[in-house]
Amino acid sequence: MHTFGYRANALLTFAVTALAFICAIASFSDKFSNQNPSAEIQILNINRFQKKSHGNDEVSLTLDIAADLQSLFTWNTKQVFVFIAAEYETPKNALNQVSLWDAIIPTKEHAKFRIQTSNKYRFIDQGHNLRGKDFNLTLHWHVMPKTGKMFADKIVMSGYSLPDAYR
Amino acid sequence: MDWQGQKLAEQLMQILLLIAVVVAFVVGYTTASFRTMMLIYAGGVVLTSLITVPNWPLFNRHPLKWLDPSEAEKHPKPQAVVVSSKKKFSKKLVSVLKIIVSLISLNQMTTFCY
Repeated sequence: MHTFGYRANALLTFAVTALAFICAIASFSDKFSNQNPSAEIQILNINRFQKKSHGNDEVSLTLDIAADLQSLFTWNTKQVFVFIAAEYETPKNALNQVSLWDAIIPTKEHAKFRIQTSNKYRFIDQGHNLRGKDFNLTLHWHVMPKTGKMFADKIVMSGYSLPDAYR
Repeated sequence: MDWQGQKLAEQLMQILLLIAVVVAFVVGYTTASFRTMMLIYAGGVVLTSLITVPNWPLFNRHPLKWLDPSEAEKHPKPQAVVVSSKKKFSKKLVSVLKIIVSLISLNQMTTFCY
């Protein structure tokens, strides 16, 4: 501590260590927030349900998505990434996931929303298993904190089914 | 900066930064603003560096008192006798031998008496 440089160095080292400590505590404080997100998705319309020329089924849907993800936001949350996946079982694969829609929620104010949209990404099966198929719509979310570990969770909504015939 | 000043500067630095950490976290958490926390902490770091890094007069209140050069001249440093370790060792050895010899002669003297 006898020269300017030594003191500046000691201060900087201590300050950065303390900064890491605050960030760790901030990340830890997230554990005390209770999260109760809710979501509801309705299929308003099946716009198109076809077998493509190369043999894969493709569906176009209009979805009504209502979700309240405000409780995911704490003071340490940077943004939340959400996506909706159609999940179903086929003889070949126990779990098929097709992403239909996604969004990045930047603030808590945008975390309670209701939108009606057709699927953003194409709903195509690898094969032709979709006729009369029961499937789940799952809302997945990934929380990106300002400091700390990212974490993900989901809400599974079941009871959706596709028509028995192409249209 | 003198010795006590250095100690004071280090302690001040640590205490001020810890205070900045506590205040920043408490205010940031209660206002639910990460940004506020970071700004308060950055302010604390800047303030601490302004207080403890420059060589303020506060840190020079216990100057070391050196003897006056004239005083030192009056009492010249005693010249150290340069003795090599080998020599020292032989000297020691000689003295030990001397003692042994005297002991032996003393012994002889006593036997002679008898």
